Amino acid sequence: MTRSFIARNPSVLWFLLALSVFTVLVTLLSEVTGVGLVSTSFVKTLGKTLCLCLIAIAMDVVWGYCGILSLGHFAFFGLGGYAIGMWLMYARTELIVLDSLAKAPLPPTEQEVVDAIAGQIFGVVGSAEFPLLWAFAHSLTLQLLMVVLVPGLLALVFGWLAFRSRVTGVYLSILTQAMTLALSLYLFQNDSGLRGNNGLSGLQNLPGLDAVPQSVISIAFFWASAIALGLGYVLFAWVVSGKMGSVIRAIRDNEARVRFLGYHVESYKLFVFTLTAIVAAIAGALYYPQAGIINPAEIAPIASIYLAVWVAIGGRGRLYGAVIGAAFVSLLSSWFTGGSAPAVNLGFYTINWTDWWLVLLGLSFVAVTLFFPKGIGGLFDLIVLKPVADRQGDYGPDKGAWRKEEGEP
Amino acid sequence: MSTLLEVSGVSVTFDGFRAINNLSISIGQAELRAVIGPNGAGKTTFMDIITGKTKPDQGRVIWGPRSLSLLDMSESQIARQGIGRKFQKPTVFEAQTVRENLAMALKNPRGPFDVLFYRKSRASAARIDEIAAEIGLTDDLPRRAGELSHGQKQWLEIGMLLAQDPQLLLVDEPAAGMTPAEREHTTALLVRAAETRAVVVVEHDMDFVRRLNCKVTVLHEGSVLAEGSLDHVTKNQDVIDVYLGR
Amino acid sequence: MIIRLVCCALAICLGLSGAQAQTNAAPLQSVLQANADAVANPSRGTVDGLVAALLAADLPTVPVFLERWRDRAVYLRASDGLFYYATQVEGGYALTDVDSGADLGRVAAAEMTELRPNAGVRRVIGSALVAFQLLDDDPARRMAALDAIDRSPAEDQLEPLRLSIADEADPLLKARKIRLERLLAARFGETAEVRIAAIESLRGDLGVDARAVLNLILSTTPAVFAELPSDRNIAAVLEPGSDALSEAEAYARLVEADLAPPLTGVAAIRDALIAAIADGQVAGIPVASLTTDAAREAAYEALAATGVVPPLVTLEDQAAALAAHHFVLLYAEPDPAITAAAEETLEAISLKVNLNQTADLALDGLSLASIYFLAAIGLAITFGVMGVINMAHGEFIMMGAYTGYVVQLFIPDYTLSLIVALPLAFAVTFGAGVAMERLVIRWLYHRPLETLLATFGISIALQQLAKNIFGTQARPLTSPEWLSGTLTFNEVVSISMIRVAIFVLALIFLGLLIYILKRTRLGLEVRAVTQNPGMAASMGINPDRINMLTFGLGSGIAGIAGVAIGLYAKVTSEMGSEYIVQSFMTVVVGGVGNVWGTLAGATLIGFLQKGIEFFNPSNTLAAQTYMILFIILFIQFRPKGIIALKGRAAGD
Repeated sequence: MTRSFIARNPSVLWFLLALSVFTVLVTLLSEVTGVGLVSTSFVKTLGKTLCLCLIAIAMDVVWGYCGILSLGHFAFFGLGGYAIGMWLMYARTELIVLDSLAKAPLPPTEQEVVDAIAGQIFGVVGSAEFPLLWAFAHSLTLQLLMVVLVPGLLALVFGWLAFRSRVTGVYLSILTQAMTLALSLYLFQNDSGLRGNNGLSGLQNLPGLDAVPQSVISIAFFWASAIALGLGYVLFAWVVSGKMGSVIRAIRDNEARVRFLGYHVESYKLFVFTLTAIVAAIAGALYYPQAGIINPAEIAPIASIYLAVWVAIGGRGRLYGAVIGAAFVSLLSSWFTGGSAPAVNLGFYTINWTDWWLVLLGLSFVAVTLFFPKGIGGLFDLIVLKPVADRQGDYGPDKGAWRKEEGEP
Repeated sequence: MSTLLEVSGVSVTFDGFRAINNLSISIGQAELRAVIGPNGAGKTTFMDIITGKTKPDQGRVIWGPRSLSLLDMSESQIARQGIGRKFQKPTVFEAQTVRENLAMALKNPRGPFDVLFYRKSRASAARIDEIAAEIGLTDDLPRRAGELSHGQKQWLEIGMLLAQDPQLLLVDEPAAGMTPAEREHTTALLVRAAETRAVVVVEHDMDFVRRLNCKVTVLHEGSVLAEGSLDHVTKNQDVIDVYLGR
Repeated sequence: MIIRLVCCALAICLGLSGAQAQTNAAPLQSVLQANADAVANPSRGTVDGLVAALLAADLPTVPVFLERWRDRAVYLRASDGLFYYATQVEGGYALTDVDSGADLGRVAAAEMTELRPNAGVRRVIGSALVAFQLLDDDPARRMAALDAIDRSPAEDQLEPLRLSIADEADPLLKARKIRLERLLAARFGETAEVRIAAIESLRGDLGVDARAVLNLILSTTPAVFAELPSDRNIAAVLEPGSDALSEAEAYARLVEADLAPPLTGVAAIRDALIAAIADGQVAGIPVASLTTDAAREAAYEALAATGVVPPLVTLEDQAAALAAHHFVLLYAEPDPAITAAAEETLEAISLKVNLNQTADLALDGLSLASIYFLAAIGLAITFGVMGVINMAHGEFIMMGAYTGYVVQLFIPDYTLSLIVALPLAFAVTFGAGVAMERLVIRWLYHRPLETLLATFGISIALQQLAKNIFGTQARPLTSPEWLSGTLTFNEVVSISMIRVAIFVLALIFLGLLIYILKRTRLGLEVRAVTQNPGMAASMGINPDRINMLTFGLGSGIAGIAGVAIGLYAKVTSEMGSEYIVQSFMTVVVGGVGNVWGTLAGATLIGFLQKGIEFFNPSNTLAAQTYMILFIILFIQFRPKGIIALKGRAAGD
C-alpha cells in the first residue's frame, strides 16, 4: 500500500536506466565528441526511432490497455509534425526573405514581408497568399500550442462522436481508418493550405541556427526525443498502473460490465484516446524536424496499421514491449529497404530484400499473431515472471467471451 | 413502506415479439423480492430495463425519493444512482486480481480524473478486507480473478455488488453452479443485505426462493401473473397452469 | 493595282466582242459572258446579281464553276475574253473548258489573268455553293454541306437552306435541315417575329448548339453610363459591391473608360517612391522610416504636394466616382422582345438539361454503386456472416484482375478470354481464400482485432508479391469490342457499355447470393453456423467446412469483382487498397450480416459520391473526404447501419 510508484513498477526504472545508458553511449560515440563511430545520419535515424517508440507506447496504451485498435494515431503524429513544420518553414523562409528584401531600395513593410514569404512557400502550389491555417505560423509558442491543441481537439471531437454512438471493436478500427484516410486525402489537395502532396520540406534547417553543424543539432534532437520518450513512458506507466489502469483494462475486457459498475466508459475511452493522441502529436513534432520533410503520404492509413504491427510484434499490454517492437521493426525495416541487407542468391532467383522485405514482414506478422500473441516482450515473462496459470486469455476476450460482443457496433 | 422503484405499464417489443407486456412492479425500501417465471417470461429483460440496457417502447420507471425517471439515464448513471446488478453468467475481470476487482467496484467518485488521481486510503482497504471476509475470498485477494473457480467468481461478483453499496441489488440467478452449503451462505447474505436495502432476486430454483422467505412475483409472457408469498402464488391456479400445465 | 484595272477593262472589251462568237453549245460561258464584268471584277455589289443569274441558268456545270471561282482557279484569257479553268503547269497553264470540261492544251502564263474574288465575295460564293450542295444528289455531300453550316453558321445560308428543305428525300437529313434552319432563323431571321418563333421552337432542344445559339443571342457586354439610357437593351444593372461586381472591379471599369483617374496601388506608390529617392530621403522623409504602408502613403502625398506625382485617389473619390455612374450589362441584341424570348427558352432548356443531367448522374451513381456492391459483397459475406475481418479482401480483388490479365496474355480473343477469366478468377481467389481460412483465420476466430492485423500482414505480403511479379506499372485488361461502346439515350444521358455490364453482373450476383443463402442447403447451413455454431455442429453440420466454403465464396466473388473492375480501371498491385476502405464503409453503412444491407450501403455511397462530385466536379479528393466525413456522421445516427438487425438477434 505504501510502496512507491517506482517500486510497484520496477520496469519503469529499468527502462529509464536503459534509455539513459543508450542516450549517453550514442552521444559519446557520435561525431560531436569527435569519436564518430555513430554517423550523424545514424544519430538522426536513432532519434527518429525514439520518436516512433514514443508513439508506439501511446498506441500500446490505447490498444493494448484500453482495447481500442486505433488506426488513426499516425494521423495525430503527422498533425504534430505539420504544426511544428509550419513554424520551421515560416521562420526559415522569413529569414531568407528579410535577407533578400534588405537589398531593396525601400525598407520592406510587414505586408511585403508576409507576401514574399507566402510566395516562397506556396509558389509550388500556385498560390501566393497565406491560408487561414497559417495564422499562427509566425509564432513558435503558438505553433507549439497547436502541436498539442489541434490533434487533441480532433481526437476529442472524433472520439466523442465515435464512443458516444458506442462504436467498438473492428467497427471503431474501420472508422478511425476512415478518419485517417479523409485527413490524408484532404491534405493531398493543393488548396488544403498545406502545400498538397509537396508537403513541408527543409525542416531539418532550424531558423537562425545555420552556423550550428548538423551533428550538434542531431544530438540535441536525439536528447529531446530520449527525454520525451522517458517522460512519456513514466506518464503512461503512471496512467496504466493503479486504479486508472485497472478501469481501462476492465473496459478492454468487458466494457458493458464496467458500465454497470457505474463508470462512464465513454469518458475513460475519450480520456485515453485524447491523451495518447496528444503524445503521438508530440512525438511527431520531434520526429519531422529530424526527418526534414513531411507530406500527406505519411498520414495515410497504412502508417497507422504499421504502428499496430510494431506494437503487436513487440508485445501488447506492456509498455516496454511497444518500445522494443517499434525500435526493432523500424530499424530492421530501414536496414532491409535501405539496401544494406545482403541479397540471397538461390541459384535460379536472387532475393533482393528491397523487393522482398514487405513480403517477409507481412508473413512474419501473420506468424507473430498466430504463434507469439505476446510478441517479443513475451520473452521477458520467461525470464522474470513465475509461471502464470493459463485459465484465461490475457488479451481481450477469450474463447469463452462472445465474439459478437466485440463485433457489436 | 415507501416505494424505492416503481415500474409501471412498461412494454418492450423485439421484432414483433412482446418480451415485456404492460408490466408494473413496485419495490419498497429494504425489501427482499424474488422474481420467478418460466423461460422467456421476461425476467432478464425486466432487469435490462431497470439498468438501462434496454429502452422500453412505453411505460415509466421511477426511482428513489426524488422520483427520477431512469429511462433518460445511461447505464453508468443508473449504476451511480445506486442500482447494482449481478449477471446470470459471472462476469468479473479475469485478468485482474480479486483486490483490483473489488477496488474498482468500491463506492468512490467515478470520473476519469477522480480515478486517475485516486489514492488508496486506509478506509477503503479496510472495506475491501471486510467484503473479502464476507465472501470468503480473504486469502485470494492477490490472486487473479481468472484463476478462481466458478463458484468463487459468483462470490466475487456478489462481493463487487456489495462494494458498490447500492440501494437496490438486482441479482440474476445467484445460486447457479453453487454447492448446497454455498447456497445457504448466499441466502443468508442476501437476506442480511435486504435489511438495509432492496434486493430483487431472479431465480429458477424454488427451494432457494423458499429459503429467502420473501414476497414473490411471478412473471409470465412479460407481465405479472401473481404476487404474494411463495405459498400463496404456488396455490394460484394460473401459476400452476403456467408451470405445470400445457 | 492600276495595271490590273486596265487589264480587266481590256478583258471586258474583248469579252463583249467575243460574246457574239459563243454558241448555245456553251451555255455557261454565255451566261458568264453576259455578266463578264461581274465575273472578272467581282465585288460585294455585283456578286449577288451574278450568282442569281447563274442560279437562274440552272446549269449542272454551275456548282463546279462556283467552286473553282472561289478557289481562284478561273482565268480570263486576254486574247478571246473567255473564261477558262486553268491549273498552273510548267511554263504556263493547262486550260479546261468551263462547259464541256474538255482539255484545251497549254498556254503561256502571260496570256492568262487569274480572277481574284475578295473574301466577302468568296463568302457569297460559298453560300451559293452550299445552296447547290444542299441540293446535291449525293447525300454525303448534302451532309457535308450541313456540317459546314453547323461549323460556321452565316446569315446568307438561311435562304438556301430553307429552299432545300422541301425537296429533301432523306428523312434524317431533312430533320437535320429543319433543325439547322431553326438555329439559323433564331439568329438571322429577317423579322423579329420569325426570330422569336424560331427561338421558341428551340424550347426542349437538348443539343449543345441550341444552347450555344441562345447564349450567343443573349451575349452581353459591360458598359458604364452616367445616365441610364432608355434606348438600349439592358440585361442587368450591376450594383458595385455586389457579388457580380466588386467595387474594385467597378472602379477599374471606370478607369478603363477614362471616367476616373487610375488608383495608385501599393506597387505604384513603391515605384514612385523608389524613383524619387535622393540622398536617402524621399520628399524630405528618411527612407529607413518607410516601413509601413501608412508611412509610404504619407511620403507619396508629400511627393504629390510637390507635383512630382499625381495625387492619391482617396476612398471618398472612389466612392463618389462609383456613385456617379451606372454599371450595366448590355445585350448585343438590340430587340428586347428577342432577348426576352431567348431568355425564357434558355431557362426552359436549362430545366430540361438539369433533369437529364440528374438522370445521367443517377446512372453514374448506379454504376458506381454496382462497383462498390461487387467489391463489398464478398466482404459482406466474410465480415457480416462470419464476423471475420479480411483486410486482404482488396488483394483478392487485385488477384482476380491479374488473373484476367494473365488469361489475356494466353488467349488473344478478348471475348473468349473474358469468358475464361471470370470462372478462373473465381477459382483462383476461392483457392486463396480457402487456403487463408485454413492456415490463418481458423486459429483466430473470437479474436477479431487480431484477424484484422493478421490479414493485413497477408495483404501487404500479397501486394508486394504482385509488385515483384508484375512490376509497378499498370497492366491493361482490355474489354471486348462489344463492351467498349456507349449506350446513349440523348445528348446528355449516356453510359458506357462496360458499366452496364458491371451493373448486370452486380444484379446477377445479388440474385445468386440471395438464392444461395435463402434457397440452398449450403445457405441454410451457413445461416445456422452464423447464428449458433455449437448447435449447428451438434446437428451434423461441420462448421469448419461451412466456414471454409463461406470464406472461399466471399473471396471468389472478390476475384470476379476484380476482373470487372480491371476492365474499366487499371490493374495495379495497389488497386485493392483503393477499394478496401470503401468496401468496409459499404458494409458498415449498409448493416452487417445482410446482403440487402450491402446493397443499400453501396447504393447510398455510390450515389453520394457522385452527388458530391457533381457539386464539386474538379476535386475528387475533396469528394472522398466529404463522403468519409458523412459516413462518420451517419454512423452517429445509425450505428448499426441502414438495415440493422433488431432486438435479441442483434446479439447481447
